[in-house]
Amino acid sequence: MEVILNQLFVGLSIASILLLVALGLTFTFGQMNVINMAHGEFIMAGAYTTYVLQTALGTGFLTLSFGLALPAAFLIAGTLGLILEFLVIRRLYGRPLDTLLVTWGVGLMLQQLARDLFGAQNVNVSAPSFLDGGLTVAGVSLSYSRMFIIGVVLFVVVAIALYMQRTPAGRRMRAVMQNRPLASVSGVRTRVVDRTTFFIGSGLAGVAGVGITLLGPVGPTLGLAYLIDAFLVVIVGGLGQLRGAILAALALGMANSFIEYNTSASIAKAGVFLLIVLFLQWRPQGMVVQQRRGLAS
Amino acid sequence: MTVEDPPQVGAGPDPDVRLDAPPILSVKDLEVAYGPTQVIFGVSLDVPEGGLCCLMGRNGVGKSTLLQTIVGLQQPKAGSISLGSEDITKRAPYNRTKAGIAYVPQGREAFPYLTVFENLRVVAEASAKSGPDVIEEVLERFPRLRKILGRPAGFLSGGEAQQLAIARALVTCPRLLLLDEPTEGIQPSIILEIEDAIADLKRDGLSILLVEQYVDFAMRLADTYAVMDVGRIVAGGPTDTFDRGRMQQLMSV
Repeated sequence: MEVILNQLFVGLSIASILLLVALGLTFTFGQMNVINMAHGEFIMAGAYTTYVLQTALGTGFLTLSFGLALPAAFLIAGTLGLILEFLVIRRLYGRPLDTLLVTWGVGLMLQQLARDLFGAQNVNVSAPSFLDGGLTVAGVSLSYSRMFIIGVVLFVVVAIALYMQRTPAGRRMRAVMQNRPLASVSGVRTRVVDRTTFFIGSGLAGVAGVGITLLGPVGPTLGLAYLIDAFLVVIVGGLGQLRGAILAALALGMANSFIEYNTSASIAKAGVFLLIVLFLQWRPQGMVVQQRRGLAS
Repeated sequence: MTVEDPPQVGAGPDPDVRLDAPPILSVKDLEVAYGPTQVIFGVSLDVPEGGLCCLMGRNGVGKSTLLQTIVGLQQPKAGSISLGSEDITKRAPYNRTKAGIAYVPQGREAFPYLTVFENLRVVAEASAKSGPDVIEEVLERFPRLRKILGRPAGFLSGGEAQQLAIARALVTCPRLLLLDEPTEGIQPSIILEIEDAIADLKRDGLSILLVEQYVDFAMRLADTYAVMDVGRIVAGGPTDTFDRGRMQQLMSV
């Protein structure tokens, strides 16, 4: 019983991080057909933002620097995303495979930049004191830092859902995702919508990076491991789907956590891949499907 | 007490439309190609201010491509497109909407997972001159839509979807409406409703370019007409010069 509860909790926290990373990917892929391999480096940027703020403010202000890191990482990663869109991706719309190769290259460059700035060694970020320890429920210790990550992600998901459902910009985003040519001939400035989506998606990766600093050390290749898993979430969930991404992240997080408990990390990885292959045989479009329309494609 | 005249459906050319006045839309020597395949060869076409021009022709002769080029979904190789006195050939699609062109594409397109109301609202929000009262005005024209405002637009009947498609275009407060085969695949009773709606719009002063294969429907509404064949305009003029025999020849496959 304790084991199940513990693995559920760990699975939920893995799922939270995966979801945060996958949201940006699923939006940029679903809306713009862009496969952004540099997304992992936006996670890294968010993690190093936390490190830089902590170093600058000193260990006496861990709570403050951590609190500042969340919005700062969102803005910094979002801005990096905007720059990438402006410099590279907007020239490659309609060529998804080219975006994959080019953004992979950009990702490598950003990793090197991180090595030059912060050194090749991993750095450590200390958690603020209010996240030390945990809550003991039914004999299982639920760590505060994992609970904090789950809380942040819940907040983000609710905010994104409200943004998409209730705001004019969110409605435009859904309209462009569902029928881009029709949106463009109905007065919607699709370029602005694309840039906004890219900013938000990249920013969320930055927030994920802040959360990840609570789980382990920060290094230049930090984002890569999460990127692959996040792509799996996108594929299993269905493109451009908030609901699909949530379901898929939960499924993958739980599968990872439970298989890993009974075996080892690498067997867990193989097991999860096997499950995904079987799942895609059965439902190649993913869990949640929305058809997309196009006038002049 | 005076009784208002019924809408003049089927009256032919409207005497108020002055064909010698400057046109609202003027397409000149347009050439359009998809990669190496050219589909439009030197097409020139005018839509009279406040009038309705009907563009006819068989499937695949370039009618829809012409409309897509006018709204900016296709870039022409050569030629120009003017709305009123403004040259809009190089403008982005959203800017053409702003200038006053609205487009109802073939196939009753919509944002399928937005509700009927959201479909109208997202367009109203994107256009500067439009607001909630504009949606209200448009719904007056299509009372049927009012009953289904909460339904996703991808799950409507053909007639409802076509009304939504026209309503969506009207929310941008256009000066010129492009309609691509609004009667295609729609049941006859609804076709009459759509015809009434188009006649009403025309009476209210909107200029219209209508692509239509259903000749009777087209001729009841049109002031001028043009016939396309394999990427060229091969006949055209005021509707009273329309020759049904020659038309049948051009339209037969």
